[in-house]
Amino acid sequence: MLTARKLGKRYGDKRVLRGVDLDVALGDLALVTGPNGSGKTTLLRICAGLALPTEGEIAVDVPRARVGYLAHEPLVYRELTAFENLDLYGRLYRVPERRERIGMLLERFGLWEVRHDRVASYSRGMTQRLALCRVLLHDPQLLVLDEPFTALDEAGAALLDAQLAELVGDRTLLVSTHDPDRIASLATVRLALA
Amino acid sequence: MNYAYDVGALARKDLLLELRARDTLPAMLLFVVATFVVFHFALPAHSSQLAASGLLWVAIIFTALLGLGRAFVPEREQRTLDGLVLAPCDRSAIWLAKAIATFAFLAAAEVVALPVFALFFHGLHPATVGAVALADVGICAVGTFLGAMAVATRARDLLLPLLFLPLAIPVVVGGVGASVAGSPGRYLAFLALYDAVFGLLCWAAFEYVVTE
Repeated sequence: MLTARKLGKRYGDKRVLRGVDLDVALGDLALVTGPNGSGKTTLLRICAGLALPTEGEIAVDVPRARVGYLAHEPLVYRELTAFENLDLYGRLYRVPERRERIGMLLERFGLWEVRHDRVASYSRGMTQRLALCRVLLHDPQLLVLDEPFTALDEAGAALLDAQLAELVGDRTLLVSTHDPDRIASLATVRLALA
Repeated sequence: MNYAYDVGALARKDLLLELRARDTLPAMLLFVVATFVVFHFALPAHSSQLAASGLLWVAIIFTALLGLGRAFVPEREQRTLDGLVLAPCDRSAIWLAKAIATFAFLAAAEVVALPVFALFFHGLHPATVGAVALADVGICAVGTFLGAMAVATRARDLLLPLLFLPLAIPVVVGGVGASVAGSPGRYLAFLALYDAVFGLLCWAAFEYVVTE
């Protein structure tokens, strides 16, 4: 599903990632850990197809339409409502029965009542919930999640725990986190960046 | 068909964002009208129509620059370009939708600006209106492309005018020529050629601008 060999990335003279080997199969949850600046986000951006490596090789056996990427930023428009944001992405990803799917996700993540409010009025935790809805909207085969628990309250984190447990085994997940204990029991592959 | 659907969804998003935020169009309108007022008092009395035509094109170029500078602000501030780039649509659809939205704002500003120009100066030749429409297409195509390049840099506010103004010189040449020439046909054809060539280049190259 995802294979990387001696993967590296430089920005000018600055090396942000060096010599990473990674094998992730269908159904795996790969847990990526490491201190700040170790290259976790860069690695995840490369795996999601947003950046190209400057060294090594990577093969991702999933089409772009089946990749879901959760970034540090929620990647949603603050001046649009939650529904409008998901509707835009749903159209671009050709999500079948788009409105029903959006409604189901908003309901699951506790945003149904505020679906017509602008995202600018949301708390950071609510915005993160919306970002998770965006990632799951097109039922991706490969989920690349960069610090998915950021800003979530206990209820939101429990929702995400349940979602991840549901996906493991059926989808491929690549998750970076500063709190590895939270999903350690689900992880089948571990990568510690230095 | 799918491509048009993607462009439609993205352009609708840009128009909706402007409708909510009202950042770009009011600024463009105020700028272009204020510019004509300044030019009206700056030009000597009984100055020629040739001078006024030149000023019209200066005002249009700088008004467009104002809109182009704002075009990718939501994507920059909210980092949403990554989300759009990851979507399975053709990446040139992002450019085309943004260019269409910017064209709509520029055209809306000109709907007010051109009658104001006609009122302050020596009227407006129909060929000038045609030239403005053709010029807007080229300005928005090239400017949106350069705006996407500039938004990825720290010196974005400086870079866009530095890149855009040299490439807008043919638009000014064609526009002024169509406004003052006795037979404006070849100048209008020149503007149409500029639109076709630069539109095609920007469409084909946009993917490389948004790929890291």
